[in-house]
Amino acid sequence: MSIEIRDVTKTFGSFTALDDVSVAIRPGSLTALLGPSGGGKSTLLRIIAGLETADSGVVTIDGADATRLPPQKRGVGFVFQHYAAFPHMSVARNIAFGLEIRKRPKEEVRARVDELLRLVHLEQFGDRMPSQLSGGQRQRMALARALAVEPSVLLLDEPFGALDAKVRKELRDWLRRLHDEVHVTTVFVTHDQEEALEVADEIVVISQGRVEQTGSPDALYDRPANSFVMSFLGPVTQLDGRLVRPHDIEVLGIEVRDAVAGVVADVQRVGNEARVRVGVGGAPPVAVVLTRAELRALGARVGDTVWLRLAAGAATLPVDDAALAGSHPAAGVGEVGRALAGASSPRG
Amino acid sequence: MTTPVRDDAAVAASSRPGVAGGDGVGRPGTSRRRRGGGARGSHASSSRGVAPAAPPLSAGAGLGLGLAVLWLSLLVLLPLAAVIATAAAGGWDGVVRVLTQPQTVAAIRLTLEQAALVTVVNAVMGTAIAWVLVRDRFPGRRVLDVVIDVPFALPTVVAGLVLLALYGPQSPLGVDIANTKVAVAFALAFVTLPFVVRTVQPVLETLDRSAEDAARSLGASGWTVFRRIVLPALAPAIAAGAALSFARGVAEYGSLVLISGNLAMRTEVASVRMLGYIEGGDMAAAAVVATFLLAISLAVTLGLGLFNRVGGRRG
Repeated sequence: MSIEIRDVTKTFGSFTALDDVSVAIRPGSLTALLGPSGGGKSTLLRIIAGLETADSGVVTIDGADATRLPPQKRGVGFVFQHYAAFPHMSVARNIAFGLEIRKRPKEEVRARVDELLRLVHLEQFGDRMPSQLSGGQRQRMALARALAVEPSVLLLDEPFGALDAKVRKELRDWLRRLHDEVHVTTVFVTHDQEEALEVADEIVVISQGRVEQTGSPDALYDRPANSFVMSFLGPVTQLDGRLVRPHDIEVLGIEVRDAVAGVVADVQRVGNEARVRVGVGGAPPVAVVLTRAELRALGARVGDTVWLRLAAGAATLPVDDAALAGSHPAAGVGEVGRALAGASSPRG
Repeated sequence: MTTPVRDDAAVAASSRPGVAGGDGVGRPGTSRRRRGGGARGSHASSSRGVAPAAPPLSAGAGLGLGLAVLWLSLLVLLPLAAVIATAAAGGWDGVVRVLTQPQTVAAIRLTLEQAALVTVVNAVMGTAIAWVLVRDRFPGRRVLDVVIDVPFALPTVVAGLVLLALYGPQSPLGVDIANTKVAVAFALAFVTLPFVVRTVQPVLETLDRSAEDAARSLGASGWTVFRRIVLPALAPAIAAGAALSFARGVAEYGSLVLISGNLAMRTEVASVRMLGYIEGGDMAAAAVVATFLLAISLAVTLGLGLFNRVGGRRG
């Protein structure tokens, strides 16, 4: 089922959460709403679900105007960051809730609950209480509960945000596989660009209540519309007055045409990655990421002179954001983006 | 303002089980926390099912425990024991004689009936008031929040006086309920109003709203969300408030004594009846009535607690 959001604006007091936002979501797709905290992506998701109402604008679900529909009439499944389990009901009863509300026959409910418990790998846990499950198990229960009523749209609000890194990774892969199996139109909110790039078919980058860019993960990564998107989706550095990704810079031991000369200021090895900072006169140091093998082949040490040039086909943007110049170049993945967002959005 | 608090709590609650064992699929028998004494977990390694010996108390903890027991004994246990001993002094026949005396029976029955009635009313109205105070935003909310405590703050005799002035023979409203059972119920309702409100309110404030949102998105109407999601979460608090309210209602004297008229067989409550016994020099009879009321109150409190635990466990 398609979702269309047209010119939606939402304010909370004097704070504008969404400013004239329009997004179209393809039927059957897995779409990520990506952006810094407080940027309005959760508000947009809650407006699609009917848990918030837009001040102005239109929400269409599967061609029908849903702007004024209460949440219980929208046919959406919603999964919350902190699971929102019904603590006094067993796992099976949690999953059965939507079906019981609909007064489905007992036999049918039981069969459907069993099927869903299998789908989310919680077969032995049906009689447990939610408090006896781990975070990841609880979130799978919440997913099964949302899927039980066969929603036309599945909405997930930072679904893995409360889980530790390993479980998050597992559930992420699992959500991708589940979506390939179930094919329900799915929208999830995340502030983790890696999660969005890895799982989604389509990414909508939202910041400060506005849509910055919409597209496939590749399109966004390779052809970012602006410096915000570029720096939010991955680390960036500056070379010769252009924004560029640290892995899109070649480091050479000999001088070539159009290359920028610099001195190796610092080398940091993390796993297979070698992060090199090269001081170039009159500009912030350039951050470059090489593989260990590349660094070995180069043989450069701190204090050596090297020459830097853009790799063929590298995406670059002119430096147009003052906030960016001040941020630490090529900090860990995402950090630059968050620092940028933090600097330009006091509301965080 | 409540959001970050709620979130932190949820994070804390969620992270703990997640730490132990990651997110392994299908790992039966790793029940953790809560239910069935999660707290015991740290000791339970060697002797399963047998209560482990308590670790020795530190000097500070020993002192604290000693003080608590001493204070409780002086204030609660000793006087209670004295009352029960006095009641028992007359022997079983004495107890039966007092508890079958028609005027006493009428007084006890009236007290229990009215206390029960008011408790039910409080459970409903107290929950409704707490809901309005927590969930609705309206001018004067803070004032209302303070007004709830007035029955606590007011000396009960003053409350009785106010009720008598307002609903007595000289009522400016033309409502005269003095010397009737209605007056008894009214006075009890007045003094017990805050109990359920004040026990439910904090629970409602910290309730996870996303569970309600989830229920709504699953198709539940407002009433269904309240009945199936909110009410079970509030039930322990409502029961606790109701138990307090009942115990207070059974024991109430000050607010009733002016407006109820204390008519034997009609509007005389148990506390007034006890006073009558004491004035007549029959301490033992007063103690019997007191002990009986004590037993009923205790039974109701325990019963509500039990109802809670059973209700909480029901899947």
